[in-house]
Amino acid sequence: MSALRELGRRRYANLAIAALVLGIAAVFPLLFDPISGTVGDAIKALAFVVMALGLNVVVGFAGLLDLGYVAFYAFGALTVGWFASDHFSSVNAEAGIHLGVSEFISSLPGIHLNWLLIVVAAVIVTGIAGMLIGLPTLRLRGDYIAIVTLAFGEIIGRFAANGDQVKIGEYAFSNGRQAISPTDPIKLPFFQEFDQAFNIRPYYYVALALCAITLFVNFRLRDSRLGRAWVAIREDEVAAASMGVPLVKTKLLAYGIGAALGGIAGAFLGAYLNSVNGGQFQFGFSIFILAMVILGGLGSIWGVVIGAVVVSVINYYVIPDLLDRVATDLDLGFTVSQISFGVFGFLLVVMMVLRPEGILPERRRKLELSGEAGSADDALVEVRA
Amino acid sequence: MALLEVSDIHTFYGNIEALKGISLEVEEGECVTLIGSNGAGKSTTLRSISGLSPPRAGSIRFDGDEIGATPPQEIVGKGISQSPEGRHVFQRMTVRENLELGAYLRKDSRLNGDMERVFELFPRLKERERQKAGTMSGGEQQMLAIGRALMAEPKLLLLDEPSMGIAPILVERIYETIAEINRRGTTILLVEQSATFALDVSSRGYVLETGTVRLTDRSDALLENPEVQRAYLGA
Repeated sequence: MSALRELGRRRYANLAIAALVLGIAAVFPLLFDPISGTVGDAIKALAFVVMALGLNVVVGFAGLLDLGYVAFYAFGALTVGWFASDHFSSVNAEAGIHLGVSEFISSLPGIHLNWLLIVVAAVIVTGIAGMLIGLPTLRLRGDYIAIVTLAFGEIIGRFAANGDQVKIGEYAFSNGRQAISPTDPIKLPFFQEFDQAFNIRPYYYVALALCAITLFVNFRLRDSRLGRAWVAIREDEVAAASMGVPLVKTKLLAYGIGAALGGIAGAFLGAYLNSVNGGQFQFGFSIFILAMVILGGLGSIWGVVIGAVVVSVINYYVIPDLLDRVATDLDLGFTVSQISFGVFGFLLVVMMVLRPEGILPERRRKLELSGEAGSADDALVEVRA
Repeated sequence: MALLEVSDIHTFYGNIEALKGISLEVEEGECVTLIGSNGAGKSTTLRSISGLSPPRAGSIRFDGDEIGATPPQEIVGKGISQSPEGRHVFQRMTVRENLELGAYLRKDSRLNGDMERVFELFPRLKERERQKAGTMSGGEQQMLAIGRALMAEPKLLLLDEPSMGIAPILVERIYETIAEINRRGTTILLVEQSATFALDVSSRGYVLETGTVRLTDRSDALLENPEVQRAYLGA
């Protein structure tokens, strides 16, 4: 009974925290100009929160170290590039295919789908891609999973970067570093098409809504039967299999769900950034997101949210606005932005020394690293005697 | 027809043939022991039965169904559960959470009653219900591994080296409980390197050697067998 009550209390605590955080986040853009750069950075940060929460499902919940997460950002963004631009310029005799878009967009060639449809498409595309990438890692463990996913992330990244040379029929896979541009702005039912020139707040609220949905999904997954199966696999694969946890299905679901969340965030960024540049899907991005998860606390949902916000603030504010000025004042001859990955690497090292369990660790993981004393058989025998 | 019929199974690790044609039977309600030295194929036999290392040739029939190529989760569902070698309890989960995971595949609501029965068999686990399994002693973890396997409501319980790395006085206690579990109607197939206790609680035994069955007999006869005594009982 007390366990039930405790669970109930924790659920209300989570709800209260979520309401508070979302409330503050909802007010935040009103404090700035409608096209303020700070709000622009915050929008990207929110998309990163969604990605970090997605990666957390794979790395934090299921314990499968994925170093190729950028692949799902790529697929999500490319879905926008393909289905919300003039990329397929001559379909339907150059008249284009249009579904749920504004009047002006309806006059353009190429495929133009409503952004919500694209999100659905991105979920399907990345979910399947996630499982396909997961398949060859099923027989592998630990570091070897990391190596294979790293390779896949790199393959997809290279494909996107050189996509102008890769033809499928008469169309390129991507436009490579030329970028597929412009992509359509987001248009939601009952709302005007978003217009970044005057007001980027609508993008902010869409990103915030995505975060809220992702948070909800994460909490529900963590407390579900599937969530327990993931933890069981993470803790001890042999034992999990002996207990009847289906390893293949459980792992593929982790890859698929994590990938789908990355795809949603990718579809958002593809629309928000107005272009899909094939050169932007680099290995460094996978590490960028992974750093958020690790700094925040592997497996801890609120920890990962904090980690994503902290790393974004460092990336968009601390390094370009504070450290770069210091570097210029000291006349160092380089800017800190040029070595930003060095800064993140340094931060990870410092974190591993001072607080390896993350900023806000998961309950279970904290235990592993705190080194609680064990008891011995001898004690047990004495008790009995 | 026996509850479990293993006939002529060959199991490989890569190219290495670990089992070279093992055949054995376990009748309903029996307790059977596999003894043998390191590398004889005892654990591999259990892993073949539970589907963790499926055999490449031969047949395993359980309750009349062929399960040689069935995935482990379905085998658990059919009523075979295993306490794996080296215990493999979920270190960072509480005793209670471990037991709950033992019932992962069950959809009925009698879990609390079953957990009480496990606590009755191993009162020590009740005391440690909210403790993390990794902080318990080896003996306690073994009790938990057996209790967790019982939570799946098995018809056949596979126990892999329950005495490994445990204080001798505790081994005796654990074997008393194993005998009790068998008396209450669960069929048991047991693997053990130090065979005295195991042969005491079981009715029959198989002696394995380099992947084959060397001999089989009633447990009391094996205990008297001079060859077995010299090789496995440290006499």
